[in-house]
Amino acid sequence: MIETPTPAVTKTVDARGSFCPGPLMELIRAIRESQVGDVIAVLSSDKGSKTDIPKWIEKAGHRLVVLENLDGYDRIVVEKAR
Amino acid sequence: MDEPLNLVLFSGTDDKLQAAAILTAGAAALGKPVNVFLQYWALDAFRRERIDRDHGLAPESGAEGRAHVDALRAAGQVSWAETFRQAKELGVVDIQACSLSMDLLGIEENNLDSLVDGVEGVTAFYLNAANGQVVFI
Repeated sequence: MIETPTPAVTKTVDARGSFCPGPLMELIRAIRESQVGDVIAVLSSDKGSKTDIPKWIEKAGHRLVVLENLDGYDRIVVEKAR
Repeated sequence: MDEPLNLVLFSGTDDKLQAAAILTAGAAALGKPVNVFLQYWALDAFRRERIDRDHGLAPESGAEGRAHVDALRAAGQVSWAETFRQAKELGVVDIQACSLSMDLLGIEENNLDSLVDGVEGVTAFYLNAANGQVVFI
């Protein structure tokens, strides 16, 4: 059985308290400053981001690693794929 | 490249400008170019010395609406001007002042905030809009 290891997070962007579309904009900025293969976690308390950010990741051709609902916020982990 | 999104901003109240700034930022995040054309009261709100002022809300907001807007601001929502600034950093956003509105309001180009890229007429706006949607706010 082949297991896909969860990659280590390169950078965490804490966008809690930022309103739509702030967390996505902060994530895009972080991705631009990163290398292919880097893994970025974004923390967001905005309700729109947990639907918008995964859609953006798909459209932009990156990889959604984890989307988890934590205490009062979401943690979305993305791997820069290109 | 995607067809641009073309926003004609007419209203100068903070709620409509905030909505327009968010639409702009979302399109910019998707790599869609955005052309913003400023007319009348929206243009007035982009004067350098007025951009950070309170521009009021649309009449339908009422006292309850005002309270909701104030609460979001107090919770840390950034201003529409800052949202436009971030959208310009993120993508291709061109903000043009309508030349007729400049004459109407007696505004010179150097009176405008640096968010504004230039002054043009409606024909140039339509040419840049190409086959993209035109939205009037």
